[in-house]
Amino acid sequence: MSEQALPLFEVFVRSRRGLDHKHVGSLHAADPEQALQYARDVYTRRGEGVSIWVVRSSDIVASQPADQDSFFEADPEPGLRHAASYKLPDEVDNM
Amino acid sequence: MSGLDQQRSDLLAFTLRLGDDALVLGQRLAEWCSRAPFLEEDLALANTALDFLGRARFLYQYAAEIEGAGRTEDDFAYTRDAGAYRNLLVLELPRGDFAFTMARQFCVDVFDVHYLGALQGSADRRLAAIAGKGLKEAQYHLKRSRAWVLRLGDGTAESRRRLQQALGSLMPYLGELFELDALERRLVDGAVAPDRADLHGSWSAEVGATLEQATVGWPEAPAQPEQRRGGRAGQHTPHLAELLDELQAVTRALPGRTW
Repeated sequence: MSEQALPLFEVFVRSRRGLDHKHVGSLHAADPEQALQYARDVYTRRGEGVSIWVVRSSDIVASQPADQDSFFEADPEPGLRHAASYKLPDEVDNM
Repeated sequence: MSGLDQQRSDLLAFTLRLGDDALVLGQRLAEWCSRAPFLEEDLALANTALDFLGRARFLYQYAAEIEGAGRTEDDFAYTRDAGAYRNLLVLELPRGDFAFTMARQFCVDVFDVHYLGALQGSADRRLAAIAGKGLKEAQYHLKRSRAWVLRLGDGTAESRRRLQQALGSLMPYLGELFELDALERRLVDGAVAPDRADLHGSWSAEVGATLEQATVGWPEAPAQPEQRRGGRAGQHTPHLAELLDELQAVTRALPGRTW
């Protein structure tokens, strides 16, 4: 079996203290179940994670560099779109 | 020998047996390091090897305490000859091809899940704790090895042929997993050791079901193949001495060195 023949998967791990899954890398595997096992062995053996997601890299829809300007160009008046002046109530721990 | 001495020497011997089992299989798995079919599997095999090495260390450390003669875990691992090792023969067989490694692992993992599950209830609390940790690892090992058996059996003509060949060469060595000698029988009576023989039924059913699902089944044999045994008495295949040559090479060349 050659590695090139195996599909690529992206791996997301939620760490012990983290609230969300973070992209940690990618790996090759024959199917999603095997990808999950390899993700455990390749990325979480030092106690980094409590939850893993894997997704076929080919299933990710990504923005293209050509769309850079229309997607991401800064708003000339950012103040209206950002909640910078909004005060979080004390009860809200994580935002 | 007084009753208490007998109990202690039985417990020491039993702990060393389990430690030897773990160390020898761990070493066979470690031999795949940098040689596995692809990177992800290489890391997964090395992780499995480390689990067995870790188990061996816990058992040797406990053995050292039971013995109380100043020997350490390293002494047990690095300074004993093949004749002093008490591991089961099936664990010392060369790693073979990937199908053999996975077929053996699967047979052992199914056994370990049952055996360690039972050992968790041991009257010896230290062994029970070591078994508890090992059981979690074994359940994960089994997930992997079972998936590989299914993949190889139901894969290509070549992978199927290799899996069947592996099962054929394993068969004469699997009976030893379920045999007890007088020493282990005494520990069963004392509720320290699980009865291996009791596990044969569920082991057979579970392995058989997976092999059926993998579309291979056990190789057709005219009769039950003659079983090889002797590991618990220190009568090993020549393969163990070769394994230990490599495992112990540094210690033999530079006795007592540390790094």
